[in-house]
Amino acid sequence: MVAVSEASYSLEGVGSAGRSAHSGECPVARADDHAGAGRPLVLKGAGLRSTMFRRVLQLGLGPGLLTRGLSTRRGVSTLDWDAKVSEFKKKIECILPGKPWETQLYDTSHLPPEQSDVVIIGGGIFGLSVAFWLKKLEKKQDAIRVLVVDQDHTYSQASSAGLSVGGIWQQFSMPENVRLSLFSVEFLRNINEYLAVVDAPPVDLRFNPSGCLLLASEKDAAALENNVKIQRQEGAKVCLMSPEQLQNKFPWVNTEGVALASYGMENEGWFDAWSLLQGLRRKVRSMGVLFCQGEVTRFITSSSCVEGPNGEEMVLKRIHKLHVKMDKSLEYQPVECAIVINAAGAWSGHIAKLAGIGKGPPGTLQGTKLPVEPRKRYVYLWHCPQGPGLETPLVADTSGVYFRREGLGSNYLGGCSPTEEEEPDPANLEVDHDFFQNKVWPHLAQRVPAFQTLKVQSAWAGYYDYNTFDQNGVVGPHPLVVNMYFATGFSGHGLQHALGVGRAVAEVVLEGEFKTINMSPFLFTRFYLEDKLQEYNIL
Amino acid sequence: MAAPWAFLRLGIREWNGGTRSIHGMSESVAPGGNQKRRTLLQYLGDHFYDIQALREFLLLRQMLKLNRKNRSFIGINEKYGPYVTGALFILKLGGAVKFQDKEWIRPNERGRFSADFLAFREVPVEAVDASGCAINYLGLDNLSVALKELQSLSLQRCPNVDDWCLSRLYPLAGSLQELLLAGCPRVSERGLACLHHLQNLRRLDISDLPAVSHPGLTHILVEEMLPHCEVLGADWAQGLKLGPEQQPQDTSSPVSA
Repeated sequence: MVAVSEASYSLEGVGSAGRSAHSGECPVARADDHAGAGRPLVLKGAGLRSTMFRRVLQLGLGPGLLTRGLSTRRGVSTLDWDAKVSEFKKKIECILPGKPWETQLYDTSHLPPEQSDVVIIGGGIFGLSVAFWLKKLEKKQDAIRVLVVDQDHTYSQASSAGLSVGGIWQQFSMPENVRLSLFSVEFLRNINEYLAVVDAPPVDLRFNPSGCLLLASEKDAAALENNVKIQRQEGAKVCLMSPEQLQNKFPWVNTEGVALASYGMENEGWFDAWSLLQGLRRKVRSMGVLFCQGEVTRFITSSSCVEGPNGEEMVLKRIHKLHVKMDKSLEYQPVECAIVINAAGAWSGHIAKLAGIGKGPPGTLQGTKLPVEPRKRYVYLWHCPQGPGLETPLVADTSGVYFRREGLGSNYLGGCSPTEEEEPDPANLEVDHDFFQNKVWPHLAQRVPAFQTLKVQSAWAGYYDYNTFDQNGVVGPHPLVVNMYFATGFSGHGLQHALGVGRAVAEVVLEGEFKTINMSPFLFTRFYLEDKLQEYNIL
Repeated sequence: MAAPWAFLRLGIREWNGGTRSIHGMSESVAPGGNQKRRTLLQYLGDHFYDIQALREFLLLRQMLKLNRKNRSFIGINEKYGPYVTGALFILKLGGAVKFQDKEWIRPNERGRFSADFLAFREVPVEAVDASGCAINYLGLDNLSVALKELQSLSLQRCPNVDDWCLSRLYPLAGSLQELLLAGCPRVSERGLACLHHLQNLRRLDISDLPAVSHPGLTHILVEEMLPHCEVLGADWAQGLKLGPEQQPQDTSSPVSA
């Protein structure tokens, strides 16, 4: 057996040398091991002259080595050569430049980056608009890293996407709102210049320039006339109509109870909000904005005490990191950020609470919460073959009921804002059909007699990011949490103001003040100063 | 470089022709054809950021050129009045103008036209033929606001006239009697819906509008909307399915006795 052992010695040259070195280091252990194993070492043959050498060999060639030697001799191979080569090739490929080598260890493609200059919470129309304008107005290309975090990539509950009625009009009572709407219309008209991506098809907004008709009863007529004067000053093309003129123009309207009507001749109508969202997303992605699907669960902040103008102590907070939690898992990624933009729509109040806004004694600036909460609104689609014709504008009745035409097939979309007492529970998006029967249909039938016979085809519900204070938006920085900016709370007309508001927030972030449209009446401080910015024409 | 001249020639061709294909690609959706006929700039743009920025610049330049063509002539307006300004604008774009009681003024093949009309300060423009011109929303401002007594407007086959432009025609409601929109690729039924302001319209041509989804139905709805107007366009039977007795006979097969 000496020949065998010698042969195996030479085959496992490296291994045995290593093993003998090892055994040299701890011979006692090995001897014990050997003794403990209890297997007699069979060394047949007279090749070994000295017992010393034999003992060394006994120690050196442990049982494992011999059996290994024996097994290779028998030809049973534990080496899977082809698999090992391909694995080796894959590892080399991953180390080469341009390939993601982290995926060999752990796939992190779904996580957001660890640092980002600006984090925008909410990927709806406001979030994308702020991202677009930040990238457009930055001084050098790729100067800021922008991350948009949204909890649902399918936008199934987003107020500004597929659920929206999509109307745009300039008939507001505040001049800033009129200016925002006019800017949005100009953006939408030139959308293929703003959102042009090379090699992509143009954005088809399906804009219906049919105008918007607001009806006012006796008591609202004076306010309406005043509003139209403000709108005309800002450049909106709105005309006032008496009941007779209204009857001439739109014979299907029942003008009973209408004292005055205002009709937008141009730049008003409705469009497909979903295609706007997708167009913005595509352009913003091509500009280098990062997207992540996840939920913001925590803010890591630091506070510092500062003396205010009246000598009182103020606690200023700064957000350093936020935790983005992945969907359906406990995994989260802390993202270091310099600026946080709260564009979370109906969930903005929740995000503000997480950042500590409103934690304090009520009546102080620290205790002023962000008064934005989700409110459920219904939209119904019905079919009426004898209904108003192709020229139907978006009609808003004196009772608060509104409707517009949808497509060529005598279908109409509409709804109504419920009063405070009848507010539905915003916990889910279930539709209440009785609401249509009791609250919407009677007014519709009274205003347009043809709607006495109609058939509801479908209905859906969506959230308004409702500002309970004055139903107007919140734009700009928070006075105490110094790096959080708001772009939310527009209670149902966010879609038409989003593009202008996005530009305003980008200007504040990049340059420190509002440059084009002065949105300072919309700052957060008005909630503390109890300064209501009432907008009268809310649908 | 192996063949520098050939490479440069290719580059120059792409510079001029590539702009067309960039705009063409972003204009029309042609999914199948794009894959094979990729231009050099496209291929390079996929691999180099600089070329991508160059392509974006070329696209933007094309749009700026269109807007420059449609700018408003404020100086001419102050000097010669609105009618002459509108006429000059149309003639520069390649269209034709007819002043009241005068002949049609058209540019010749080289785009030149006589400057006689500069004398017609007070003569209103009666008809405008802007077929095939690159007029868009901005340019229509020059027409609809300036030419108050326009009676006939032809926008046939204009590639940039879309629904927004039609919504801009309402200032002409008092005088416009004839409107021709045949063959405009971007006009859809949504733009036709805002023609109801034009109550004096007597003749409207909406044939061959590829963006209208249901031509027959749209024709009926537009007729209902403008009761005094003669609407030329899609035959209302277009798009209806034939009944079983009216299936077209196969003329090649022998007629059964």
